Amino acid sequence: MAAGNFEKYKSDGSLGGNLMEWFDARFPATSMWKAHLSEYYAPKNFNFWYFFGSLALLVLVIQIVTGIFLTMHYKPDAAINSAGVPAAFASVEYIMRDVPGGWIIRYMHSTGASAFFIVVYLHMFRGLLYGSYRKPRELTWLFGIGIFLVLMGEAFFGYLLPWGQLSYWGAQVIVNMFGAIPFVGNDLSILIRGDYVVSDATLNRFFSFHVIALPLVLVGLVAAHVLALHETGSNNPDGIEIKANKDENGIPRDGIPFHPYYTVKDIVGVVVFLMVFSAVLFFAPEGGGYFLETPNFYPADTLKTPPHIAPVWYFTPYYSILRAMVWNFFGLEAKFWGVIAMGASVVIFAFLPWLDRSPVKSIRYRGPITKVMITLFVICFFILGYLGTLPPSPAGELISQVCSVFYFAFFLGMPWWSRMDKFKPVPDRLTMK
Amino acid sequence: MSNQGKMDCGRRRLIVATAAVGGVGTVAALIPFVSSLLPSERAKAAGAPVEVDISKLEPGQMMTVEWRGKPVWIINRTKEMLDTLPKLKDQVADPQSEKEQQPAYAKNETRSIKPEMLVVVGICTHLGCSPGSKFKPGSDEGMSADWQGGFLCPCHGSTFDFAGRVFKAKPAPTNLEVPPHVYLADTRILIGEDKKGA
Repeated sequence: MAAGNFEKYKSDGSLGGNLMEWFDARFPATSMWKAHLSEYYAPKNFNFWYFFGSLALLVLVIQIVTGIFLTMHYKPDAAINSAGVPAAFASVEYIMRDVPGGWIIRYMHSTGASAFFIVVYLHMFRGLLYGSYRKPRELTWLFGIGIFLVLMGEAFFGYLLPWGQLSYWGAQVIVNMFGAIPFVGNDLSILIRGDYVVSDATLNRFFSFHVIALPLVLVGLVAAHVLALHETGSNNPDGIEIKANKDENGIPRDGIPFHPYYTVKDIVGVVVFLMVFSAVLFFAPEGGGYFLETPNFYPADTLKTPPHIAPVWYFTPYYSILRAMVWNFFGLEAKFWGVIAMGASVVIFAFLPWLDRSPVKSIRYRGPITKVMITLFVICFFILGYLGTLPPSPAGELISQVCSVFYFAFFLGMPWWSRMDKFKPVPDRLTMK
Repeated sequence: MSNQGKMDCGRRRLIVATAAVGGVGTVAALIPFVSSLLPSERAKAAGAPVEVDISKLEPGQMMTVEWRGKPVWIINRTKEMLDTLPKLKDQVADPQSEKEQQPAYAKNETRSIKPEMLVVVGICTHLGCSPGSKFKPGSDEGMSADWQGGFLCPCHGSTFDFAGRVFKAKPAPTNLEVPPHVYLADTRILIGEDKKGA
């Protein structure tokens, strides 16, 4: 019986071959390599939009590695030190000024957070363009949404750690949102903070979530996302199933092995990405106040909110939706509905596979209604994002209300507008354009 | 196999019982983990009352002290400031302070023990930012032209008048909280307790 395993991958007699044979009898090394890389057949017409999956993986590695090294010097301690500064804030300053190479590791981590969201938003937009979430890839999409949610958690918990003014007041606002939930809200926000106010207890538990709990979940979800994808096979810009047309060996006629074809293509993406990433690191590490916000260079002051506080750019569209909600409904406060609207605006992405009823997947074969709706959605998303960075104003409130209504209309109306459109005939084989 | 297709009900019951006991044990094991997330005994013990000397607080001035990690404002309101309160009766959400946001002794139009001296927790009842003071009437400090003076929360734009009463149609649901406080002497306030020497 055991002999069967030795026959799986026969050695060619060389030392390397013998070693591989020994390994493969005990661990699925060659079979995994084949299943996920050298014999994973991906559609041959991947375009620019298909860079962002592998780039997201690269940023994840950057965040984990830089995070490990930052943890060696960072102290999650809100106590005021002898110089009158909170220890956590001081330890970040120490990393920036005194730890050799500390500044660039820290900037890689803080820029990496923004890069992560840029890459993930583009990756999600690709899904929207080509219907990547449609059957049979619903689970891949749901794991992806899970990754997105965990990523938002990572960003939020991580942002408290420098214990600056925005760290403190941002956490104060977000934790208090849970207080808006009827009946249990107040106790729930105390449970999250571990105290009646954002304090040292909060800082320590957020540190724990940020460096161990959520990264573990994140890595698990990424594995599930890729495994689910490799089970169904990748979608493509034409939105047709390459597995529907296989040659006599059972290999899709329009597929090419992921390795070496797409590994090499992705390296080009990696190089271009790293050029842009390095340019930000060296020339604009604060991202013009969008990646690292100015008030966060002041230590947390529990008595004074900065005159203008706004979340980091990747949260601002949802934050605008929160602020847009100023009406009481059904006897519940506007505050509660604002939190519900904000939560819904994030979670609603998960329902896309069932909201989209178009007979074709890819935007290439969909008509003007789809194109107009997606364009308007992107414009609204940007407007909401921009308004979220600004202080509240009556005009901004009205515009964000209009955009919020469209934001939800885009999703909730999708079962209708996605069917009403004109559609072009979908080809049998992939097109190379 | 002889018993193929037949279910051993005794064995099945044992499996169910074992799983149930194991499940109860697992849930019980969660208790220390969840309770460790609650505020510690040290956190509960913190929050002693704070004594404040207000003898140097001139009319129109405001001071901030820390109580239980939160800012508490003490504002010595001028007559002009107090005169705005009745005028705003129809514009604020809870003019009579019906909601339990203050001790009984501050449930009045000025929301204070002494009419001029306001003591409130400077934390917006929406999501917990600390509002900024916009004491000048009119548009001088970036407010609307009919602004009478009060506070603006920088986070979500809630506005409050000189008694910490929230204006209508703003994100904040209730007036600012008045903490329990007591005058130990004419110019000394104890914040966090109602009774002298208690």
